[in-house]
Amino acid sequence: MDETVRSESGIPLNSSYGPADLPGAESIPPPGVFPFTRGNFPDGYRGRPWTIRQYSGFGTAEESNERYRYLLEQGATGLSVAFDLPTQCGYDSDDPDVEEEVGRVGVAIDSLADFELLFDRIPLDAISTSMTINGTAAIMLAFYVAVGAKQGVERAKLRGTIQNDILKEYVSRGTWIWPPRPSLRLIADTIEFCADDVPRFNAISVAGAHFRDAGASAAQEMAFTLMDGVTYCEEVIGRGRMTIDQFAPQVSFFFYTHGDFFEEIAKYRAGRRRWARIVRERFGAQDDRSCMFRVGCVSGGASLHGPQPHNNIVRVAYEAMASVLGGVQSMFTAAWDEPFAIPTEESATLALRTQQILAYETGVARVVDPLGGSYYVEALTDAMEERVVEIMEDLERHGGMVKAIEDGVLQRLISEQAFGVDRAVRSGERTIVGVNKFETDESPPKTEGYELDEKGRIRQLERLAEVKRTRSAADVKATLGALSTAAAKDGENLMPHLVECARAYCTVGEMVDVLKDQWGEFLQPVVF
Amino acid sequence: MPARVLVAKPGLDGHDRGAKLVARALRDAGFEVIYTGIRQRPAAIAAVAVQEDVHVVGLSILSGAHVGLTKKTADALRAAGADDVVLVVGGTIPEKDVPRLEAAGAAAVYPTGTPLEALVDSIRTLSGRGAVQRS
Repeated sequence: MDETVRSESGIPLNSSYGPADLPGAESIPPPGVFPFTRGNFPDGYRGRPWTIRQYSGFGTAEESNERYRYLLEQGATGLSVAFDLPTQCGYDSDDPDVEEEVGRVGVAIDSLADFELLFDRIPLDAISTSMTINGTAAIMLAFYVAVGAKQGVERAKLRGTIQNDILKEYVSRGTWIWPPRPSLRLIADTIEFCADDVPRFNAISVAGAHFRDAGASAAQEMAFTLMDGVTYCEEVIGRGRMTIDQFAPQVSFFFYTHGDFFEEIAKYRAGRRRWARIVRERFGAQDDRSCMFRVGCVSGGASLHGPQPHNNIVRVAYEAMASVLGGVQSMFTAAWDEPFAIPTEESATLALRTQQILAYETGVARVVDPLGGSYYVEALTDAMEERVVEIMEDLERHGGMVKAIEDGVLQRLISEQAFGVDRAVRSGERTIVGVNKFETDESPPKTEGYELDEKGRIRQLERLAEVKRTRSAADVKATLGALSTAAAKDGENLMPHLVECARAYCTVGEMVDVLKDQWGEFLQPVVF
Repeated sequence: MPARVLVAKPGLDGHDRGAKLVARALRDAGFEVIYTGIRQRPAAIAAVAVQEDVHVVGLSILSGAHVGLTKKTADALRAAGADDVVLVVGGTIPEKDVPRLEAAGAAAVYPTGTPLEALVDSIRTLSGRGAVQRS
C-alpha cells in the first residue's frame, strides 16, 4: 500500500522541509516584482485591503436592490449579483419552459427596466459590481453601461467584473447558449469594448471555481483555468487589433478555496507566478501590469456539508484565512446553510463578519505574504506550479481547450476526480468531520431558508409586459435588425449594437434569439 | 436483464456532479444507466424514458425548482404512457418538501447527504429486481 502522505491534489509531502527545498531567488523576489509569486503589490493589503464581496441576489430587482443596500450599509465594499437561470441561459421570464426558475437562484432580468430598479439609489461611480454571468454576459454589460448613462455616470468611471467565461460553462456550470466559436468571438468583443470604452471594468473573470466544485483538484482547477485564460488571450490577439498589453490588465480570475490549507495558499502563489510567466513569455507583454494575476475567490462551495452544518462556519473561516495568506484580491465567504437553502439575512451576515474578523482582528493582513520564504510553502508552491504545467501541457497536446471540451476530455477528467474523492470519503480514507467521522444522529436543521414568493414572479411578468407595451416597436425592430446583420459577418464588434438594443428595451430573450438564428446552439457531449 | 435507469436533469440547473456520481454508482452496481445531460425539458425526458424502456427515472435538481419540475415530469411520463416507470428525485431538497414531492409522484426522495449505498439499495428495491452483477 502507498504510505506516502499527499496533499489533496496528490502532491507527495515530506515530513518536514528545510533550506534545500527553497527555490532560487528569481522565483521569489520581493512582493510587487515579476513574477509576483509573493503578490502583485509591494504594500499588499496595506495599500488596498481585499474586497469583501458577498454573492447575493434573488427574486425580483426590487428585493435584490434592498439586500444590496443592506449589505452596503453593513460595510460590504462591492456588490456581487446572482442572476436567475433564465437570465443566465437567455430566456425571458414569460417563456413557458422556465416557469419554475424565474427569480429562484438569483434575480430575474428581462430588460433595462430591471437594471434601473436593481441599481436604484446605488451610485455606480462609487461601488464596483461583480456579475456572475456568462452566456448572456455581453448583454448584462450592455445593460450596465446603459443604466450608468441613465444615472449620469460616464463609462470610464464604471467599475466591476462580468464573469464572461464561457469555456467552463460547457464543462461544468452549464449556462451555455451558442457553440464555442461564436461565443469566443462575443467574449473578444467585450474585451475590446472594455479596453476601449470601459477601462476600469474587468471584461472577463476566468473561473476555475466551477471546475473545482464539479470535482477537480486544486492543481486541475488552476491548470484548466490558466488554459482558458490562454485561449481567450489568443482569441483577442489573433484578431490583430490589440496587443496583450492593451487588454490583459482587465482580465481577472476566480477560484474556490477548499479545505487543504497550505495547498490552497500554494495554489494562489503558484498561479500568480505561472500566469505572469505565460503573459510575458508566451504573449510578449512589456507592461508588468499585464502580467499580474488578479484573483477573486469563494470560500465554501462543495467543501461545505449537510450533516452538522454549523461545522461549515469553521470550515469557511479556515478557508478564508488560507485565501488571504494566498493573497487574493476579493473574497466571498459562503454561509453555513448553503448546502440546504439560499442563506437567510442572519447567516449571510455571519459570513460577512467572518471576513471582517479576519481583516480587523487577526492581524494576518499586516504584512505582505507572511508565509513567503517558508521552506514548506515555497516547496509546495514549486510543486504546485510543476503539476499545473504538466496538466496544461497534456491539454495542449490534445489540441487545446476548445477541442478538449468538444471531445468531452475535460468533462471526463473532472468526473473521474470527483468519483475518486467520493470513493475516498465513503471508504473513510478521507475524513470529513460529521460526515464519515464523529457522526451524530441529529436530523438536518430546520432552516427557515428563503421561500420564493410567487407574487414576485407575477410582478416580474407584469413589468415585462409593461415594457413590451410601452417601448417603441420600431426601435426594437431596428436595433435587433442591426444586431443580426452585424452578427452574420465577422469583424464588427457587437457590443455597441447590444448597448443600442438595451436602450431600446429589447429583452434578453430577444437578443439571444437573434444570435441563435445566426450561430445555432451548443450540443452537449454527455460523459459520466 | 438488469434494471434500466434514466438519470435526468430537468430545468436549467447545470450542476451535475451529483447526477454523474449517482449514474456511475448505479452503473457500478450493475444497472444499465442512461444520463440525459443537463437542461432537459420534461417532455424530452419522458420521450427518452419510453424510447429506452427504462424502469426508473431519477431526477437531479439543485436549483430549488424541484416541486414544479417533478410535477411536470410526472405529467409528461403519464402523457407518454409511461405510468409504470418509477420516478425518484434527488438534490438540494429541504425536508419540508419531501411530502410535496411524494404527492407530485416521486416514489422516493434523496436529499443532499443521502449515502450513495442507501440510494442504490432503494433503487434496487423500487425497480423490483436486483441488478445483475457484471462480471
